[in-house]
Amino acid sequence: MTAANPETSLPRPPAPARAWTNARILGHVLMALWIISGVSLVYYLGTNIASPFVQKYWMKYVDGFIVTLQIVSLSLLIGALLSILIAVARSSKWKIFSWPAYGYVYFFRGTPLLAQTFLIYYGAGTFRTELDAVGLWGFFRDAWYCIIFAFSLNTSAYQAEILRGAIMNVPKGQWEGAAALGISKPVTFFKVILPQALMVALRPYGNEIILMIKGSAIASIVTIYDLMGETRRAYSRSYDFQAYIWAAVAYLLIVETLRRVWDKIEARLTRHLKR
Amino acid sequence: MNEALTLLSFGDQGWGDQIARGVLVTISLAIATLPFGLIIGFLVALAKNSSEPSLKLAANIYTTIFRGLPELLTLFLVYFGVQIGIQQGLKLLGYDAYIEINSFVAGMVALSFVFSSYASEAFLSAFRGIPQGQYEGGHALGLSRYQTMTLVILPQLIRLALPALGNLWLILLKETSLVSVIGLADLVREAGIAARVTKEPFLFFGVACLIYLALAIISSTGLARIERWSKRGDVSR
Repeated sequence: MTAANPETSLPRPPAPARAWTNARILGHVLMALWIISGVSLVYYLGTNIASPFVQKYWMKYVDGFIVTLQIVSLSLLIGALLSILIAVARSSKWKIFSWPAYGYVYFFRGTPLLAQTFLIYYGAGTFRTELDAVGLWGFFRDAWYCIIFAFSLNTSAYQAEILRGAIMNVPKGQWEGAAALGISKPVTFFKVILPQALMVALRPYGNEIILMIKGSAIASIVTIYDLMGETRRAYSRSYDFQAYIWAAVAYLLIVETLRRVWDKIEARLTRHLKR
Repeated sequence: MNEALTLLSFGDQGWGDQIARGVLVTISLAIATLPFGLIIGFLVALAKNSSEPSLKLAANIYTTIFRGLPELLTLFLVYFGVQIGIQQGLKLLGYDAYIEINSFVAGMVALSFVFSSYASEAFLSAFRGIPQGQYEGGHALGLSRYQTMTLVILPQLIRLALPALGNLWLILLKETSLVSVIGLADLVREAGIAARVTKEPFLFFGVACLIYLALAIISSTGLARIERWSKRGDVSR
């Protein structure tokens, strides 16, 4: 704003130009590099949008995307149900419950998802006769069920820790306050503690969903044609590197959209906590 | 039980030495990635912490990309992308050659990207934990900006960032398993070969899982010790 000075009635001098510090130069150079690579990426994808590769494979990518969504949502759902049991066992006073639950969580969080998947998918073959006897061999023979099984167990360990951490995070005074009001324990838990705990758990849950989307790419290694699996198949058939570039764009879009939507949801749900 | 022990023993009969070699590859890949990841992560955090908006944006784009891509896809992008890039470059120069880049290096580069983008967040939140007065104090003592950073800020920064970085190290250790997919003979791949030859997949993948678990436990105790060391100033006060 150029306001006149009452004494001299001269307009205020303009703000000095921002100096070209080293940081500013570096920032502009890096941004120029990003913009150049972004523009060339868009140009590259634009020139290839009608290429035979896209014509041939874009439907496959959509199929793969749907498979990825199915894997992620199914495993997250089953994992969420399992995680409640594990979290309850983990915070139990009895060591027969809490120690195995601790071991379970430690195992699934301490080993790579890839190794767990291999352990379940290939390892089930070791127990073929036993599994046949109880009629579960059909389940473990199918890569699809194995993946859902492995991912559910994996995410349940992570989700159990999120849930437990969030419930422990609720101050003890909330329990005591509810008790003072004569509210029974179960009602206190569901109406007082859980809503507050889930508020705290929102962010880690969002992170877990994103981790699961990224982790689900591992399914492609055991012959599942999810987004990554279709990408690898398209590349092995066409030797066209754009296969991976399209996949990268797709994954980035999915994860970024989810992250932003989740931020919005979180901001909406915690609006009463904003000061 | 005896059969399992024979299969896991060292020497001609067992697969112990192959698996031990795989463990070495896994550990060396993680250790080789760590310094690059830390340094790049620190630089990215510096950029994010700067007051210059363009620098901040450039750093944020970097993190968004490498945190949004699945690690497996980053690995393939680096592995095949660099290979194709070099081949195209050679073609321009008039050579027509098939080049295969080292899967260890490809894994190192890809994991460094991923690690550094997460590490930058850890460093950034540590930066936010350091009060402005520390910079001003350094300035008042006549320290240059570089000296303030290395002598005043960095020691405190490391202490604040250590828990998060420790977690990232454990994640890195697990993520090295992905490199087995592009053919590096790490723990998972060696276990897979052993499983296929001996037809004992549960034994070998189970052992691989337990070894990862052991590595995680060893790392945790080591990290706890480092954390205690970093807090030695707090205790004496």
